Amino acid sequence: MDLTLKIWRQPSTDEKGKFVDYQVQDISADASFLEMLDVLNEQLVVNDEDPVAFDHDCREGICGACSLYINGRPHGPDKGITTCQMHMRRFKDGETIVIEPWRAKPFPVIKDLMVDRTAFDEIIRAGGYISVGTGGMPDANAIPIPKRDADIAMDAASCIGCGACVAACKNASAMLFVAAKVSQFAMLPQGKVEARERVQNMVSKMDELGFGNCSNTYACEAECPKEISVSHIARMNREFFSSKLISEKEK
Amino acid sequence: MDKLDAKIPQGPLAEKWTNYKAHQNLVNPANKRKLDIIVVGTGLAGASAAASFGELGFNVKAFGIHDSPRRAHSIAAQGGINAAKNYPNDGDSVYRLFYDTIKGGDYRAREANVYRLAEVSNAIIDQCVAQGVPFAREYGGLLDNRSFGGAQVSRTFYARGQTGQQLLLGAYSALSKEIAKGSVKMITRSEMLDLVVVDGRARGIITRDLITGKIERHAAHAVVLATGGYGNVFFLSTNAMTSNGSAAWKAYKKGAFFGNPSFTQIHPTCIPVHGDFQSKLTLMSESLRNDGRIWVPKSKEDAEKIQKGTLNPTDLPEEKRDYYLERRYPAFGNLVPRDVASRAAKERCDAGYGVGSTGLAVYLDFEDAIKRLGRHVIEARYGNLFQMYEKIVDENPYETPMMIYPAVHYTMGGIWVDYELQSTIPGLFVAGEANFSDHGANRLGASALMQGLSDGYFVLPYTIQNYLADQISVAHVGTDSPEFDAAEKSVKEVIDKLLAVKGTDTVDTYHRRLGMIMWNLVGMGRTGEKLKKAIVEIQELRASFWKNVKIPGKNEMVNMELEKALRMTDYLELGELMARDGLLREESCGGHFREEHQTPEGEAMRDDENFSFVGAWEYTGENKEPKLNKEPLHFEFVEVKQRNYK
Ligand SMILES: Cc1cc2nc3c(=O)[nH]c(=O)nc-3n(C[C@H](O)[C@H](O)[C@H](O)COP(=O)(O)OP(=O)(O)OC[C@H]3O[C@@H](n4cnc5c(N)ncnc54)[C@H](O)[C@@H]3O)c2cc1C
Ligand code: FES
Repeated sequence: MDLTLKIWRQPSTDEKGKFVDYQVQDISADASFLEMLDVLNEQLVVNDEDPVAFDHDCREGICGACSLYINGRPHGPDKGITTCQMHMRRFKDGETIVIEPWRAKPFPVIKDLMVDRTAFDEIIRAGGYISVGTGGMPDANAIPIPKRDADIAMDAASCIGCGACVAACKNASAMLFVAAKVSQFAMLPQGKVEARERVQNMVSKMDELGFGNCSNTYACEAECPKEISVSHIARMNREFFSSKLISEKEK
Repeated sequence: MDKLDAKIPQGPLAEKWTNYKAHQNLVNPANKRKLDIIVVGTGLAGASAAASFGELGFNVKAFGIHDSPRRAHSIAAQGGINAAKNYPNDGDSVYRLFYDTIKGGDYRAREANVYRLAEVSNAIIDQCVAQGVPFAREYGGLLDNRSFGGAQVSRTFYARGQTGQQLLLGAYSALSKEIAKGSVKMITRSEMLDLVVVDGRARGIITRDLITGKIERHAAHAVVLATGGYGNVFFLSTNAMTSNGSAAWKAYKKGAFFGNPSFTQIHPTCIPVHGDFQSKLTLMSESLRNDGRIWVPKSKEDAEKIQKGTLNPTDLPEEKRDYYLERRYPAFGNLVPRDVASRAAKERCDAGYGVGSTGLAVYLDFEDAIKRLGRHVIEARYGNLFQMYEKIVDENPYETPMMIYPAVHYTMGGIWVDYELQSTIPGLFVAGEANFSDHGANRLGASALMQGLSDGYFVLPYTIQNYLADQISVAHVGTDSPEFDAAEKSVKEVIDKLLAVKGTDTVDTYHRRLGMIMWNLVGMGRTGEKLKKAIVEIQELRASFWKNVKIPGKNEMVNMELEKALRMTDYLELGELMARDGLLREESCGGHFREEHQTPEGEAMRDDENFSFVGAWEYTGENKEPKLNKEPLHFEFVEVKQRNYK
């Protein structure tokens, strides 16, 4: 198939960007979306033009490196998959496809379609862990955990940190990302010990980094490639308010 | 030669590691603060090592090419991680895990290392659970296990089909905790381009900032490489796009020996190649072979009709199908180890019985299982894999059999290390897939994750102290020595040289060409003639690359073509060493199959008398033949047998 691509080009964080039109021909319906961009880049290199920068690595939906707004939707039109899992058979011959980077203040554009998501790492550093050292741990089966709780923890833990939730949100809120981590640990006995500090520290780091508030539009859940549920946000809110209450009492 | 001293501790197998730990040198807490360690790579092996060093009190600088440690290739591991917990009470033990791994590796790994791996496997599971890794559980709340190839017990722990993701996120959280504490400094989007050796010891690295192109120097008392495997030398593989062999290759050129470079694992169940635009291959988990039956048509005519699309596989009656694994290996059937299954698929396709439009595929059929168990059971077991398959191939595997073909998956070869995971360069340690490791000539499923975490959490934190104990008198190592000057200069020269070529062909065209040579001549069916041809063809391709590659832009910017080109220069040399190693090894073992060395039934024929050694290659200079050193393998605790799966 032949396609017109409208791609956001921006040389660096501080420079202005703009859309540029490109044509690609003879794209196989079996190619993935990123393989289609590979074809474009080969073409650009051969013609002495600057190839389009975009993040990617595993190309099977798990590393969370790929991103992109495709025709205005994070990770494109299909539900429950990442950009790298989308195939060109989803598009029609002659179509125009608009491709943009994540647009959110805490994720500045580095170049073209590549953005800086280190803010997510900073949130994790603020408390997204259980403070155990290496070695000397009790037997793994010492504390049984109900299967239901372990399954909910796993649902939350399947977040790939791609940032689609932030990109989808009109407030650029990172609530779903933070809630997924808080919720994973809240479901497990190991995570309970530090639960209070964790939720407070992660939430205040999120605010400090300039992520917006959650206004319950649920766009994040709709666009999450791992279909992580907003029920985790509710759980985090409970954790947050009860931790605040306890802190107040202790004052 | 004493450079190849494996430093295996004395004593009975089961006491070696305990003895080692009891007698090694340690560094006291006050002195740890004065010692710097560089960790290159923060996948499972690197992240677990860096976090553990940080906790101990060392000053750690960790590097990765990704924007976050959470995106390392380890994230993609699906199936699970082995441990000898024996929770199901089905007869597992440390010895059995050790034995299965040694046998699975076709007796080309070191006994003492493999035993230690099995010994620490249980602590890994305890560690991960304490970190909050949500492993699968049974209704009673205890951990669940499943079985994998090459074992008769259920010892594989898993987190849905995302075990690597959950383990890496566990290690990443431990690392994040240390970064927050200040004991580890994490430098992301930074690629190591050379190793710096001062007075015979590893003392630092040269890196390139992948955003600005800035070339930087970093010094330390010791350097740990945990940069993963080099399967992408074949261009198409199940590895992530940026997985590479460069850091290991740079270490090799600075004096670290390269162990068994030709030992490559070709995984039997991957989605077949379907077009020249393709950038990578996707694994379909080994677990599918529990319920799927593998077949091709019995007659070539039927195979041709299927290839042309004039015959539907579901219309081919049972008696016209050849379930070749069940036919050849009645005892193990569809569950033979990976190397055996891959070779058998290739044999059928080469003989003209393959399916799919290219003829390079075989069927993995769930029809019987669906009839026997019902579709809902199959859906519960493999639903996500079936969905992934359908997305890529656009066919419904519940209705028409899956097509699969072997693909490059893992490299058992890597930098040679001794029992302490130290290379032949003092102060350079290598962990995870990057070392030549514990898997011999064939790795069993679910044991790479185990090895990466064993190296990082439980081995290096001890062994590196044995080295650092006498380094406390060395002040913080500076970066202004002539060795750093020279290394930085040579890195810059290579970059300038690459950018100056201004030829006509892109890096990817060269990578595809190299991949074809490697796959056809250094792949599953190797011969002396093919390997010699590969050496010549790779040399020619290398010469052509340096004359004709086209890289746009400059160094001082995000330049992914330059990044790929730098990795490509190393693949073009590493590929040749792989061919040389395969050529020398006049035997078949594990994933290394020399067609000249097979039994009349077409099985691999080992030659223990002449080849029971690790081939450790030594760099001798630009365009000079490398030198082979041999570390003999001694088997004191297991009986070496021909593997038999019939
Ligand atoms: C699809 C797939 C499924 C798998 N499933 C399983 C499984 O179920 N069970 C199992 O046991 N094994 C499995 N494996 C194998 C296993 O995942 C890998 O062997 C293992 O994760 C490798 O870990 P590592 O830490 O050694 O390296 P990696 O995870 O590859 O990490 C390498 C690190 O090095 C960095 N790096 C690389 N080069 C440089 C450089 N030059 N400079 C700076 N940094 C650099 C990277 O940024 C990264 O942080 C699977 C592999 C694949 C491909
Ligand atoms: S490239 Fe890894 S999720 Fe898309």
